[in-house]
Amino acid sequence: MSGMSKIVKTITSISIPFILIYGLYVIAHGHLTPGGGFQGGAIFASGLVMVLVAYGSVWTMEKIKEKNLTMLESLGAFCFILIAFLGLVFGTVFFNNYLVGSNSIFGTVPAAGSGLADINTAGVIPLMNFAVGLKVIAGLFAIVLVMAYAISKKEEK
Amino acid sequence: MIFNFPFIAVAALIIVGLYAVVFRKNLIKMIIGITIIESGVNLFLITLGYREGSIAPIYTSSPGGIMSLPVPQALTLTSIVIGVAVLALMLSLVIHIYRHYNTLDVRKIGGDEE
Amino acid sequence: MEKRSIAAILSFSVVAVFFMFTVLLIHPFGNPVSTEMDDDIISNAQTDTGANNAVTSVVFDYRGFDTLGEATVLFTAVAGVVMLFRRIKK
Repeated sequence: MSGMSKIVKTITSISIPFILIYGLYVIAHGHLTPGGGFQGGAIFASGLVMVLVAYGSVWTMEKIKEKNLTMLESLGAFCFILIAFLGLVFGTVFFNNYLVGSNSIFGTVPAAGSGLADINTAGVIPLMNFAVGLKVIAGLFAIVLVMAYAISKKEEK
Repeated sequence: MIFNFPFIAVAALIIVGLYAVVFRKNLIKMIIGITIIESGVNLFLITLGYREGSIAPIYTSSPGGIMSLPVPQALTLTSIVIGVAVLALMLSLVIHIYRHYNTLDVRKIGGDEE
Repeated sequence: MEKRSIAAILSFSVVAVFFMFTVLLIHPFGNPVSTEMDDDIISNAQTDTGANNAVTSVVFDYRGFDTLGEATVLFTAVAGVVMLFRRIKK
């Protein structure tokens, strides 16, 4: 794949910020509305795959090396396990939600029953959402990028 | 009241996918069959967790009333992500098989020439 | 070759018929049988985890080990794909 026509590239450049912002919104509001790290990460990675389709895999591989993507993915996994281990340090058990009920960030407990959205709740769940979102973004985009690049190399031969 | 129609849809999806896996000779079509079976299993998990007249288990400005079961939905989320991972690995292996044998016909790949 | 395809057709139809009978005889749609665990999660999710979304509280808090295994599977898939295509890239 060596890129598509100028119309596709222009439309991609216009619409890519909205897709990425929407993906980040779904990740950040994962504990309040339908969504979470996996779904928002899939939306974000789909936006990046749109760039890959429009501009070609060789151009994208020059901009973003797949080594950096796998490093980001490992960073997301490391953050996830680190947050889980901090539950062992500050709380009682592995995966303990030690932030809920405290007065620090994401610490408040919402009133029971139906209520308005308050983003400053849910303890470690938003942090884990961000870690898993980073992991899913980097992982899915690395899979598609590596496969598309290998196929384009085959076509050139 | 819809009678067991969602369960019938689950069985139809699984049977169609199983047909593709058993009777098609092309590797890509077999992978499509496997993903169809996967969709049937995901639909089955979601369907098991539905209570009649229930809403989604989310409290943010919810209208009230009984809620459907959250645990099958969470496990379906797990199942979807694992399905994506398995699909990516299967497609990579199929690309390698095609480069090695120059065909996707299972009768010519496995040494089954009778 | 002929015998094998006949056996495949036969076993496939047996499996299909069993699926259809199972689906017709299962408990009616919309009435799950034992829901004690889910009722407990629904009523306690807000006070336990502070999250309004009960599904997210199940994924990341009540069943965090499932999510850990899922993350491991995704990591393994990415590593496998990158490993399979490493030789071709050069």
